Amino acid sequence: MRFVDEFRDAELGRALAGEILGLVEPGRHYKVMEVCGGHTHSIYKYGVDDLLPTNVELVHGPGCPVCVIPMGRVDDGIALAHIEGVIFTCFGDMMRVPGSRGTLLDAKAAGADVRMVYSPLDALRIAKEHPDREVIFYAIGFETTAPSTALTLKRARAERVTNFSCMCNHVTIVPPLRALLESPDLRLDGFVGPGHVSTIVGARPFEFIPADYGKPVVISGFEPLDILQSVAMILRQIAAGRCEVENQYTRVVPYDGNLRALEVMAEVFELRPHFEWRGLGFISHSGLRLSDAYADLDAERRFGVPGVRVADPKACQCGEVLKGVIKPWECKVFGTACTPERPIGTCMVSSEGACAAYYNYGRFARDREVV
Amino acid sequence: MPDQAVSDRELEVLGLIENVRSRRPKFRDAQITMAHGAGGKASQTLVEGLFVPILGGETLAALGDAGEVEAGGVPLAVTTDSYVVKPLRFPGGSIGELAVNGTVNDLAVSGARALALTLSLVLEEGLAAGDLRAEIEAVAAAAETAGVRIVAGDTKVVERGHADGMYICTTGLGRRDPRSRVSPAGVRPGDRVLLSGSIGEHGTAIMLARGEFELDAAIESDTRSLWPAVDALLEAAGPSLRCMRDATRGGIASVLNEIARSSAVAMIVQERAVPVLPAVAGAAEILGIDPMYVANEGKLVAFVAPEAAEAALAALREVPGCEQAAEIGEVRTEPPGMVLVETSFGGRRVMDQLVGDPLPRIC
Repeated sequence: MRFVDEFRDAELGRALAGEILGLVEPGRHYKVMEVCGGHTHSIYKYGVDDLLPTNVELVHGPGCPVCVIPMGRVDDGIALAHIEGVIFTCFGDMMRVPGSRGTLLDAKAAGADVRMVYSPLDALRIAKEHPDREVIFYAIGFETTAPSTALTLKRARAERVTNFSCMCNHVTIVPPLRALLESPDLRLDGFVGPGHVSTIVGARPFEFIPADYGKPVVISGFEPLDILQSVAMILRQIAAGRCEVENQYTRVVPYDGNLRALEVMAEVFELRPHFEWRGLGFISHSGLRLSDAYADLDAERRFGVPGVRVADPKACQCGEVLKGVIKPWECKVFGTACTPERPIGTCMVSSEGACAAYYNYGRFARDREVV
Repeated sequence: MPDQAVSDRELEVLGLIENVRSRRPKFRDAQITMAHGAGGKASQTLVEGLFVPILGGETLAALGDAGEVEAGGVPLAVTTDSYVVKPLRFPGGSIGELAVNGTVNDLAVSGARALALTLSLVLEEGLAAGDLRAEIEAVAAAAETAGVRIVAGDTKVVERGHADGMYICTTGLGRRDPRSRVSPAGVRPGDRVLLSGSIGEHGTAIMLARGEFELDAAIESDTRSLWPAVDALLEAAGPSLRCMRDATRGGIASVLNEIARSSAVAMIVQERAVPVLPAVAGAAEILGIDPMYVANEGKLVAFVAPEAAEAALAALREVPGCEQAAEIGEVRTEPPGMVLVETSFGGRRVMDQLVGDPLPRIC
């Protein structure tokens, strides 16, 4: 595949690995957090870890859209899905996230009309095809996916599609990062910055990380070479005593972001006073809801939801995994009580979740030979 | 923190997990979901945790693609399969053709040449007669190509809204080839893993034919009879051909995992060696799906003793439709029950079974 395979070249990978080896101080342990679940997935999928020296540790961050959805919000979605005549649409991963009494997949098996879509526009198309049904789109994701939800809502308005609405669970990336940096139990040396989010918000919103917390940030693409190069750039900053936001993903990310997308978001959404994050609790100004101008397309306001807050299961340590405080395998239930077939926590569900990535791809003694 | 890739504590956790995984799965779900039909872990739990314990019997418990029975000293193989694909027709094939090839292939990879098939039809009220005729003609054509006769049948009609046009069930009877010694538990460390051609075409063709994604590519289903490929392998490798599987639902990843478990061996697959058509690779990339997990309807994985691997591969490549056949990996001892991939990028990862398939109703 042209324009993709180039970023998965094994020889260039080895060259970068050699460069990284030259940048690390022997005896020093480096902890670098990849913010985005897409990075976590790539790291395990391509075995990027295998090319890093053992004293460079990649710590998985909170940027997995499915992982951060709390149980109560899943229950609210299931309640909507069970309303007579509703077609409930969501992304595939979301269907397996456990609420307090089962998943959306279970709701489907019990008779609710739950359908997987690849884009919010697919949900709008379903609404147009079924004018006699109410179609709800369960929107999740960071700033990466929020603009496409916003555009879909604008289109629904323009085309006067009245049987379409959206349950908005969009979140923003900066508040959880700040919360994480404020947390005393985490010592990090730098961040591999979220490439997809940055295509929308740009690199500028991350300037507080070097300015206020003294950690380098390198916005990174998602191919294995991108990630290795970003790690090298972070290590180079550390070696040179620099600390700033750099952009490795220049082929996609403009430093100031996508102004048009930000405008559309500002028109359709507004910040919630606070939003609950799975395992992280309530974070102020971290979630989006539909603005008053779009209130009629807001499924929560159109149908009402139970809105009951449900505590995370006791055994589940997704919060600590999302904060990078523990590795997936350090969770007490990892791989035994909590597996991809029977997940307790969200991190085991999404392909971008650190637990699922480790379980599915990384679950072997990597320093031992395969004989 | 000690600077080693895997700490002792992590090793301990890995051991615990393998313990849990090696237990026979218990079926505890409250109801059937689409995941139970997807060929991944949920399907496995259903079969091994519910069907096998209740129905019992050594033949069933072997979990082969076909069961063995003996009639008057003649070793026979029996298999059955239902076809519920949506849409009924797709680029490169249709449900009728699939219903013949799928069952013929389950026999073929069990080392048996199909002798006869039965054909059960569940038709939906309102199905156009022309569509039915086209599918019956497709059944006839595929049966002729595969050299098998349809010897019995049954028809049921259900109310509108119940069968998506039509469902087909075929049962196949075959005779075990005297050259064959294949068995699901017959794989040994050192065996080479051969793949009969490029992967992921059927699943991708179906996905695009559904029109759910605004994506277009000229990809055709690979549905075909695998008997010619099996015949060539048996001729070239004979008893050194240890085991075969057709890589349908769940793709080659699921097949390799099943064999790794049933033979208690490890496998290492060279990602670079696995042939994938550029259009399939592109579609999979866009949809975020790994072609290793995408369904095929005319590809088999064969395990061959090392000394016979080269000859077997050469023979396979002579078979029409198998020109791209490749050696994709090797069987090892450690870690047992696990399939590892050497990535094209130079790292390693586990290639596990999926829980469910992101794309149900593909066959």
